[in-house]
Amino acid sequence: MSNPSPEHLEYLKKAKLGKLLVLASQALILAAFFGAWELAARLKLIDAFIFSQPTRIINAAVSLAASGSLAKHIGATLWESVLGFVLSTVIGTLMAMLLWWNDFLKKTLNPYLVVLNSLPKTALAPIIIVWIGNNVKSVIFTAVMTSVIVTILTVLTGFMEVSKDKIKLVEAFGGTKRQVLSKVVLPASIPAIVNALEINIGLSFVGVMVGEFLVAKSGLGYLIIYGSQILKMDWVMLSIIILCALAAILHQLVVLFEKRIINQ
Amino acid sequence: MKNILELDSISKIYHDPKTETLALKDISFSVADGELLSIIGPSGCGKSTLLSIISGLVAPSSGEVRVLRENAALGYMLQQDHLFGWRTIFQNACLGLEIQKKKTPENLAHVHELLERYGLGDFKNSKPSQLSGGMRQRAALIRTLAVKPDILLLDEPFSALDYQTRLRVSAEIAEIIRQEKKTAVFVTHDISEAVAVSDRVAVLTKRPATLASIHEIKLSPGSAREAPEFRLFFNAIWKELGVNE
Ligand SMILES: Nc1ncnc2c1ncn2[C@@H]1O[C@H](COP(=O)(O)OP(=O)(O)OP(=O)(O)O)[C@@H](O)[C@H]1O
Ligand SMILES: [Mg+2]
Repeated sequence: MSNPSPEHLEYLKKAKLGKLLVLASQALILAAFFGAWELAARLKLIDAFIFSQPTRIINAAVSLAASGSLAKHIGATLWESVLGFVLSTVIGTLMAMLLWWNDFLKKTLNPYLVVLNSLPKTALAPIIIVWIGNNVKSVIFTAVMTSVIVTILTVLTGFMEVSKDKIKLVEAFGGTKRQVLSKVVLPASIPAIVNALEINIGLSFVGVMVGEFLVAKSGLGYLIIYGSQILKMDWVMLSIIILCALAAILHQLVVLFEKRIINQ
Repeated sequence: MKNILELDSISKIYHDPKTETLALKDISFSVADGELLSIIGPSGCGKSTLLSIISGLVAPSSGEVRVLRENAALGYMLQQDHLFGWRTIFQNACLGLEIQKKKTPENLAHVHELLERYGLGDFKNSKPSQLSGGMRQRAALIRTLAVKPDILLLDEPFSALDYQTRLRVSAEIAEIIRQEKKTAVFVTHDISEAVAVSDRVAVLTKRPATLASIHEIKLSPGSAREAPEFRLFFNAIWKELGVNE
């Protein structure tokens, strides 16, 4: 558009203003929450020893950061979570491909997948630690386990929804089953796979937390469980705030990735 | 003209756990080389099934399809264009070549030439969503022509278009098929479309579809709709479909 009309400029201005208003309100909620928290602690309305308080959390962050252990714990959790969700997305997609390929296998395994999907996978975490050992591997395994089944089901549903006629088109050109998979089914299911990726971030964090609670060696989950045991609530709150930030950042990254893929 | 395709008492039964459906019953006809034959019939009578059987994607329950030219390639064009949204128009047009591993420089040049010739030269790198319905249909035809088929099978390729566009695009595509000297079997349920574009019209009865008759249309393609006899052919087929309804 070379020469936008005054009405259009007015519209753009309004849209921008509306967006700003939303952002400002979001920031305000955050500020109000921490402000009220701090105030309540200072006025002794809540016990800062149990409920912690923003300034104490900042102090805890500074001292933990100075000793280098904060970076270590964040690094551990981040690494385990990212590995967890990448692994479960890849494994889940491969499994979905296998089930798509073999209809008999799909029909046979379907009830097991449905049951496993409703099972709270974290219930299996203690068993995994007994089997695999008290180490990072168990944490990652737990993370993968929490999200791999739902990935299989989401991606497989995506595969099955690919239009029969698009498949027929490839077959009419003499395409093999492999070509049907690579030329139509996979590319048409990219949105479903990215969608699974998005779900997996949250689930992977759940798995990593439970794993770290049990393995109790490092990571934000360890900091939370250890902090609550020795009543260092500042550590606990700090870890939770960092977890929120990590989840937000990873989510944003996947959204960006999604946009790039869909637009290309 | 020599026959290129022969159907010999084709029947088709679809089975599913609850019932069986007799879709086609004892259908025989042949198609001459270079001919454009339309198949018309009530909706749900089995037209798509018949085309799938000719293409070899679906096996008939009994009967036989004979292709009388050695190594004759078939091209199949479906009801919707089914251009892939993640590919450009050029990449879409090359789909068949890619699948058949025939992306030679000559064949790619042929695709470029077809796109230029039929008005899509400036849209090679566009995504399908940027094209109008008629352009998309042409792109789908070029995708089919790219593998140089001898026989084209078209299953209601214009049903997704609005009436105005449909009139234009059906004439255009019939013209392209004649220019490229292809044989075509063209499924439609639009009587005037069938009369306007084809050499012969095969009329099917309602399900189970049998062959009611074949009308030879002696009108010059391109201006068929203006010819006084157009109505005669139209009425004859219309009556026949009415009787069979
Ligand atoms: N894969 C299938 N399994 C079972 N029945 C089928 C199958 N495909 C088609 N049929 C049935 O066979 C009959 C003919 O279907 P077909 O799609 O060939 O008709 P059509 O003439 O192309 O219909 P339309 O005018 O709607 O395109 C229909 O009754 C349909 O329900
Ligand atoms: Mg049909």
